[in-house]
Amino acid sequence: MLKIYNDGNRITAAISGDLDHHAAREIRTELDDIIARSRPELLILDLGEVGFMDSSGIGLILGRSRSVKAAGGELLIKNARREIAEVIRISGLGSLIAMQNVG
Amino acid sequence: MKKIMINECKVRFRAISRNESFSRSTAAAFAMQCDPTASEIAEIKTAVSEAVTNAIVHGYRDSAGDVEMIMRLYEDSTLYIQIRDRGAGIGDVHAAMQPMFTTAPADEERSGLGFTVMESFMDKVRVRSAEGRGTTVTLEKKIGGKSGAR
Repeated sequence: MLKIYNDGNRITAAISGDLDHHAAREIRTELDDIIARSRPELLILDLGEVGFMDSSGIGLILGRSRSVKAAGGELLIKNARREIAEVIRISGLGSLIAMQNVG
Repeated sequence: MKKIMINECKVRFRAISRNESFSRSTAAAFAMQCDPTASEIAEIKTAVSEAVTNAIVHGYRDSAGDVEMIMRLYEDSTLYIQIRDRGAGIGDVHAAMQPMFTTAPADEERSGLGFTVMESFMDKVRVRSAEGRGTTVTLEKKIGGKSGAR
């Protein structure tokens, strides 16, 4: 599930539920649509309500980081519970993408 | 010394992406028998999800089929989960297990970190594969084992 809060230059996308390969495909399409339409300066992916994430989530984050940068913006990952922060840590994503309140 | 098996369970399900969540919930339910911590459950679910997603995305990329999951629990709280597909197989298993390696098309956005995640969360990961015949991934984890954070 995806909820979008758009306040002009900044868009927050709050993802909820399980972020696996199945869910990632749908979320990716929606996010790319929003990025292409709004070209946000900052896209915040709020993972606070994500109960499960595997490496498909890493693929989703990396891909959106690329598309938001290509549109001239930045990506921020916000709020991840411990288990999800652990997957992020293993992936080495921390050195590539800005994070807030992760782990 | 021969290990005593407490339980064994086999499930077979269609290799479609909506069954990824079914597979990891099933593995979590099986693992509950050995009183795991919440972290251990999360680790098992994530590793199973990676192996099953590989079977669906890679094993059955050009075909349809089933994934078989065999779960075994031993008296010493060692958990084995075997995930088997009868799909394409992997030509070079060693290369496939390297971080960031993927053969998936770009639009699938696979990070190539599936085996890295499995190896980080489980004690042992074994892969047997033959091209054209399929792949079997065996995950092993001792519950209440090395982390000790109970």
